[in-house]
Amino acid sequence: MKTIAVLRPSRKLNRSFTVSFLLFALLAVFGAFMALPLIYAVNNAFKPLDELFIFPPRFFVSNPTFDNFFDLVALMGNSWVPLSRYIANTVMITVLGTAGHILFASAAAYPLAKYRFPGSKILFSIVVLSLMFSGQVTAIPNYMVMSWLGWINTPASIIVPSLAFPLGLFLMKQFIEQIPDALLEAAKIDGANEYRIYWGIVMPNVKPAWLTLMILQFPALWGTDGGNFIYSENLKTLHYALGQIVLGGIARAGVGAAVALILMVVPITLFIISQSSVIQTMATSGMKE
Amino acid sequence: MQAETTSGAVSNLMLANKESRLALAWKTLKRNKHYYILMSPYMILFFLFTVIPVVFSLLLSFFYFNMLEFPRFIGWQNYSRLFLNDDVFMIAVKNTFLFAVITGPISYLACFIFAWIINELSPKVRAFMTLVFYAPSISGNVYFIWLIIFSGDSYGYLNGFLLKTGFILEPIQWLTNAEYILPIIIIVQLWLSLGTSFLAFIAGLQTIDKSLIEAGAVDGIRNRWQELWFITLPSMRPQLLFGAVMQITASFAVADVSIALAGFPSVNYAGHTIVTHLMDYGTIRFEMGYASAIATVLFFIMIGANMLTQKLLRKVGE
Repeated sequence: MKTIAVLRPSRKLNRSFTVSFLLFALLAVFGAFMALPLIYAVNNAFKPLDELFIFPPRFFVSNPTFDNFFDLVALMGNSWVPLSRYIANTVMITVLGTAGHILFASAAAYPLAKYRFPGSKILFSIVVLSLMFSGQVTAIPNYMVMSWLGWINTPASIIVPSLAFPLGLFLMKQFIEQIPDALLEAAKIDGANEYRIYWGIVMPNVKPAWLTLMILQFPALWGTDGGNFIYSENLKTLHYALGQIVLGGIARAGVGAAVALILMVVPITLFIISQSSVIQTMATSGMKE
Repeated sequence: MQAETTSGAVSNLMLANKESRLALAWKTLKRNKHYYILMSPYMILFFLFTVIPVVFSLLLSFFYFNMLEFPRFIGWQNYSRLFLNDDVFMIAVKNTFLFAVITGPISYLACFIFAWIINELSPKVRAFMTLVFYAPSISGNVYFIWLIIFSGDSYGYLNGFLLKTGFILEPIQWLTNAEYILPIIIIVQLWLSLGTSFLAFIAGLQTIDKSLIEAGAVDGIRNRWQELWFITLPSMRPQLLFGAVMQITASFAVADVSIALAGFPSVNYAGHTIVTHLMDYGTIRFEMGYASAIATVLFFIMIGANMLTQKLLRKVGE
């Protein structure tokens, strides 16, 4: 917080009041555009059924109720695959995918950031170039790789590729570069090998970087619906289940709103908790080529 | 230090004869083996799931492959069919470029402008506004909320509002009318697009050296526009380049939003994009070679757009 205060731009410069006012008005208008659908989603989740279908539709809830959440539990309790199953699948994919990504990306980033050795430069440029690929470009060959590996219809088909997204390595490398060399050399003199240095020195020092990676990776995996790789109901994710409930139409509208809220709340909470560290990392990582 | 020894080894390598060259190379590899071991889990997966698929996709685009028979080499036929005989692809290209040309620059500018205004707020308000703008892009694909807003009956929020205020007399079928589909997808895409680059910009603005701004004031910078052009933007060039890559990739790869809102395929292909075309041939018709040709074309479009943008961005603040 202290550094932020120091870095704030000087207010002594000429700032015309009219322009400031217009800029903040612009911010407020677009802020409302960004926030209203989300506020609406929150309100919807607490609306009793008669309020959901009132005409003309109302934005805010007037008689909040938890019925939608109870209905959701009851509905999924009756279904062939219980709700807890979808939640467990999603949590497993998200936690393993995020934790593994942080671990693998930082292990690869440490040598790339701190040492030069044959291949280090070319490997890093391939990773940077691949930031430009969109996932869909590789969807088909990926499917083939998966089927050769026999991973179709297993959670591994979602978790394992997510461990090696290029953005993670890129951010981690920029951040590890800022750990002073003296610290690593001191550890070496004390007899630590490379693995000890990675685990004992580098990792604790890049904690804000993990949080950033977490906030980038977590929502991506949390929102996955299993894509083209998973067909079995038992392995599908919460996001997929939600899609099915929404397709259920009017009868399920209240329950759908409840699931929407559950899906939304988790990544947003995570971001609120880690916000200050995240922004710090994005700043210090420099993003230089 | 490490770097010096390595480059020394490399120049020795040039002079030595072939055998000791191999021995030296082996020695270098052995000396650095810990680094290779540390990198191997990530690199193996990265090559397996990113590099190999990309290379494979490039190669496959010259074959006919239906997943059952062995691939048959057909040269440029996939490409000639794509560009000369596929009307739907042309619609997809048109739509994709419309998306990219509208959402790409707008969302990029929006990311920057909002980050820039937010940066002037006090820390607490800034944290709140950052959340407001960033929340849609992390809230787990909740864009189906917009389905309710644009729902075609009178219970849809937009229809309800317009009926009540008397602008329309009958509900409009927003998502099944080819005229409205594209603008609606663009709006939702913009709503979602303040993501990674927005965060990077907010962070970048906070690291700008305050003494630079003060020096600028001494040198005669008078208002915030001059400060923006001569100090803020040049100091943020790394973040601006990074943001451009992220934004271009996102705006050329629109598909999920289109499918969620307009269906697949959409009415009259109004929301069809290169990626939905690719999904059509790849996952429904199983014409893998043809789908790979589509993917390859998209890949080169993205690289081209990136090179162009990077060139433009280098001129910022000059």
